[in-house]
Amino acid sequence: MITLQNINKSYQTGNNSLHVLKGINLHVEAGEMVSIMGSSGSGKSTLLNILGLLDSYDDGAYYLDGQLMREMSETKAAQLRNKFLGFVFQSFNLISFKNAMENVALPLYYQGVPRRKRNKLAMEYLERVGLVPWAEHLPSELSGGQKQRLAIARALISQPKVILADEPTGALDSVTSYEVLELFQQINKSGITIIIVTHENDIAHKTQRIIRLHDGKINSDEKNGKIEVLTEEAFELKSNTR
Amino acid sequence: MFDIDKWQEIFNTIEKNKLRTFLTGFSVAWGIFMLIILQGSGIGLQKGVENQFRSSATNAIWIWNGQTSKPYAGMKPGRNIQMTNEDYDYLSTRVDGIDHISSRYQLWSGNTISYNQQYGSFSIRGVHPDYGIVEKLTMVQGRFINEYDQKESRKSVVISTKVQEALFVHGEEPLDKYIKVNGIPFKVVGVFTDDDGRDDNMQVVYVALAAAQKVFGAGRDVQSIVVTVGDANADEAKEIEDNIKSKMASMHRYDPTDERAMFFWNSVEEFQRFKKLFASISMFIWVIGVGTIIAGVVGVSNIMMIVVKDRTKEIGIRKAIGATPGSIISLVLQEAILITGFAGYIGLVLGVGLLELISKQIDTPFFKQPEVNIQVAIGATVLLVVAGALAGFFPARRAAAIKPIEALRDE
Repeated sequence: MITLQNINKSYQTGNNSLHVLKGINLHVEAGEMVSIMGSSGSGKSTLLNILGLLDSYDDGAYYLDGQLMREMSETKAAQLRNKFLGFVFQSFNLISFKNAMENVALPLYYQGVPRRKRNKLAMEYLERVGLVPWAEHLPSELSGGQKQRLAIARALISQPKVILADEPTGALDSVTSYEVLELFQQINKSGITIIIVTHENDIAHKTQRIIRLHDGKINSDEKNGKIEVLTEEAFELKSNTR
Repeated sequence: MFDIDKWQEIFNTIEKNKLRTFLTGFSVAWGIFMLIILQGSGIGLQKGVENQFRSSATNAIWIWNGQTSKPYAGMKPGRNIQMTNEDYDYLSTRVDGIDHISSRYQLWSGNTISYNQQYGSFSIRGVHPDYGIVEKLTMVQGRFINEYDQKESRKSVVISTKVQEALFVHGEEPLDKYIKVNGIPFKVVGVFTDDDGRDDNMQVVYVALAAAQKVFGAGRDVQSIVVTVGDANADEAKEIEDNIKSKMASMHRYDPTDERAMFFWNSVEEFQRFKKLFASISMFIWVIGVGTIIAGVVGVSNIMMIVVKDRTKEIGIRKAIGATPGSIISLVLQEAILITGFAGYIGLVLGVGLLELISKQIDTPFFKQPEVNIQVAIGATVLLVVAGALAGFFPARRAAAIKPIEALRDE
């Protein structure tokens, strides 16, 4: 589903160039549930933004569903995002003046789905995340867990192939975190690829595969508890923590 | 293309952001409102002036007798210049561009005019029939002095409503009655009123010039002559005046540069001067109006910029879930145009409404019937709408160009 080949990305800040991603190679199969871990500054958010077509990369190649994602117009990127990708953010990023149903329905507005139909679909997705009684509520009237479920429903409504979640449990307590994660697991079972960026170990261990980033490079890649790639640095780090 | 879904989206956004909508709309409505009020006042002032000049011809040249102040052809200064009926005949037949003409011989106050046991002291003016046109007298009853009165020196008299009130008590009908003018009976043929608001033009009776000259022993003398110049403009009127001046100078044999030999007053020039004064007042009002509009434009631009900044995060979210930059810009722009257009219309209606209200209340001589040039008002509204749209466009374009990730970054 996702293939990254030697992705490089630097940011210009004044005269300094900050090399954030230093050659990322990664392959994610359709239907996988992957977590990306790393300390702050490791480049995990940048990687997610590139995966989400929210940011460009300098070097390398990114294939999404077999298509090369490179040098495309904003409009094209927006259309691909709408079609292939669903986003879930740490701070939920719901539109504050729209109620729950309208928030969920918004991606369909940009697909040109008529209002009545998209509102009906939105209700179905609200049902799926258990928020039907709150359909008319504004985001500010919902709890953190409810907001995140709402954001997940919004990510799902356009029937994406991949859901990208940036610290989805970062603003939640552990009980709601697990609820949200269970929801992700259910969604994953329906065949949607899920990539979660997190710095919480227990969250990462609920996924099938954990990719650890360190200093702009992939440090380790373990699948179902089996380490497939491990650099020397990572090994040292691991032994040290023991 | 009319996209009902998009408008629903816009109405939805407007409905849920009332304060922002109100602030934007208010600055637009206020700008238009002020412009209309100012413009209407300017027009009111202009109309007031035009009204001031309505009560006497705005195209008249007056000529009075004077006294020479310069020696000419061997004659000493200090010689009196006296116009006579010859001057009248000469001007009426030999000078081009003259529309109406009348001489005037006036006996100032101190004349006793009586009817039965009622007495009054009024001025007597001997004039030609055209005088009524020149002074724009309004006849209340009967007629003004006519050609036959003049030709046959008939003892006809036209009295003002003031004179009528003084002499004809108990509501007696004045027409065809004989009143005594300095003891000599004259027949009342008409009653007039002069609405220029000056009382001395109402303390007057008019008789035919010929009768006045005969009865009051003036011979052929006249004190002043007035001519009108039709629809000549100020330059043409000046030309006619200069022509009359030089003809008069040669007829009465005085130095043409002698300013005191005869006096001229050209109301066309005067009228134009007044018009210029009020044109500059309206210009001033215009400048203030344009200033108001500029202030409105700045206000709208400011608010639009803040609005877009305020919506950066929302725009980021919309982009993340698939909004194209074009759809973002058009969303912001259409909202801006809708709000400014609607608010502009409100300001227009309120401004015009207030002017209508005022024009019914206020009717002073120098301020009359304020009204607004509707094209200007609509133009100003369109200008503000365009300004609002432009002011929204640049920040919206920038916001649409921002990478969603930057817009969504947590504060």
